[in-house]
Amino acid sequence: MKAVITVTGKDSVGIIASVAENCSKAGVNIIDISQSVMKEYFAMIMLVDIDGLNTEFGEFVDRMTRLGREHGLVISTMHEDIFNSMHHI
Amino acid sequence: MLNISDIIETINMIREENLDIRTVTMGISLIDCAGDDVKSVCSRIYDKITKNAERLVPVCNDIEKQYGIPIVNRRVAVTPVSLIGGRFSPDDYIKIAHTLDEAADAVGINFIGGYGALVQKGCTKGDDALIESIPYALAETGKVCSSVNVASTKAGINVDAIRKMGEVIKKTAELTAGEGSFGCAKIVVFANVPEDNPFMAGAFHGVSEPETAINVGVSGPGTVASAIRRAGNCGLTELAETVKRTAFKITRVGQLVASEASTRLGVPSGIVDLSLAPTPAVGDSVAVILENMGLERCGCPGTTAALALLNDAVKKGGVMASSHVGGLSGAFIPVSEDAGMIAAAKSGALTLEKLEAMTAVCSVGLDMIAIPGDTDVYTICGIIADEISIGVANTKTTAVRLIPAVGRKVGDEINFGGLFGSAPVMSVNRLSPEGFISRGGRIPAPIHSLKN
Repeated sequence: MKAVITVTGKDSVGIIASVAENCSKAGVNIIDISQSVMKEYFAMIMLVDIDGLNTEFGEFVDRMTRLGREHGLVISTMHEDIFNSMHHI
Repeated sequence: MLNISDIIETINMIREENLDIRTVTMGISLIDCAGDDVKSVCSRIYDKITKNAERLVPVCNDIEKQYGIPIVNRRVAVTPVSLIGGRFSPDDYIKIAHTLDEAADAVGINFIGGYGALVQKGCTKGDDALIESIPYALAETGKVCSSVNVASTKAGINVDAIRKMGEVIKKTAELTAGEGSFGCAKIVVFANVPEDNPFMAGAFHGVSEPETAINVGVSGPGTVASAIRRAGNCGLTELAETVKRTAFKITRVGQLVASEASTRLGVPSGIVDLSLAPTPAVGDSVAVILENMGLERCGCPGTTAALALLNDAVKKGGVMASSHVGGLSGAFIPVSEDAGMIAAAKSGALTLEKLEAMTAVCSVGLDMIAIPGDTDVYTICGIIADEISIGVANTKTTAVRLIPAVGRKVGDEINFGGLFGSAPVMSVNRLSPEGFISRGGRIPAPIHSLKN
């Protein structure tokens, strides 16, 4: 199973590193990253594999949300099924 | 493979355009709770609801987190209560209302529907006692909602029941006068009521439904309004296509949540209700959708046509996205719950008569409309009878949720707070239908009901 992590906010040093570190701690494998910086704003979409997740998915979502808050970013973590069901028949 | 623009579109719909799941409603049959002794009936009802809906709230919370989509309401709908207490007095029914309220508190839901009766052809003793008890039950409880079906295309219109409901609405307004007659926001009078509607205040668990079922109501007026704005100055056919595509996407999320909730709770999935349910939040308005189509203000000439296009396109887009479509399925036009409708009513662009015309082409009826507290009971009955006739003649659901707010007059505004919003008191035609309504009896079913 996969999930999509989106990170938006003001650019700063180490955003990708801290998100990746948290993924690794939770047993989440990063499959793909797409990121762009427009002026000082940062936007990243990360596709991750959650099969090896070592905690509840809800707990991982909360952890990422908290991480975002600590860094002044908005991080949302959503199961891939919501995108698949909305955009694929 | 996921595509970045699809991901961004979904996230924008949720974050910027107020896309949400409006309600996950668990239907629970209370047929096996019936009995002679009200105390044991209440105890069986409490046990059945709290046992079956025990995990409803935590499961919805988990789904909300998993998919990142807000689920605004978790609710329970039960068998029309008049069917399980045929021998009870109004006081006994009020005890059942308290039990429903306590069960709702225990499982952490915000409303419980089904305190009602199906009387399109006539009232049993139990129906009469329940209807008599409604004002007191609603005044004494917080979460109980009531709906009474007074007509159907097959049975015709029970005008005696309409007369009783006119009195019930007036009495409820008096008993809850301190809260802006809020009790009336919890009563709906229906024609052709759907038995699997997940939306309050009209939700109940129909007699042909299974033991339990999960019904989901989707929302998303903000998403449709934005899609229309983005479509620019296109033709009406293209506009309808835009609405269809958006409704499809919204409904797919509803279907996902419905099947996930059903699997996790071990309860059969019932229906997805494809409705555009507005909220008072800015940008979450059905009136704004109509205005984005090109109307100067909701209520102006052309409004009914625009609403007909919207309602039809929502259904066409949604129907392929869901395995079972049901409930009310269409655009809702509750005045107090829609910032655009409130503005249109205040400016005088939207009148009660125009709203009545609009209900001929959309899913519900005269919904959440505040009228002066001194409106005569026969006038209320006349408004109900007119609206119900539209449903019966057109083989569709219509409903009335009027709030004759005690002590308020045209131009006042009543703030109910939260999703109920704020209702401008609207003007009512004061000429009396008393002679017609007081004839009583039943208006026969229309000729096109004879289809066999």
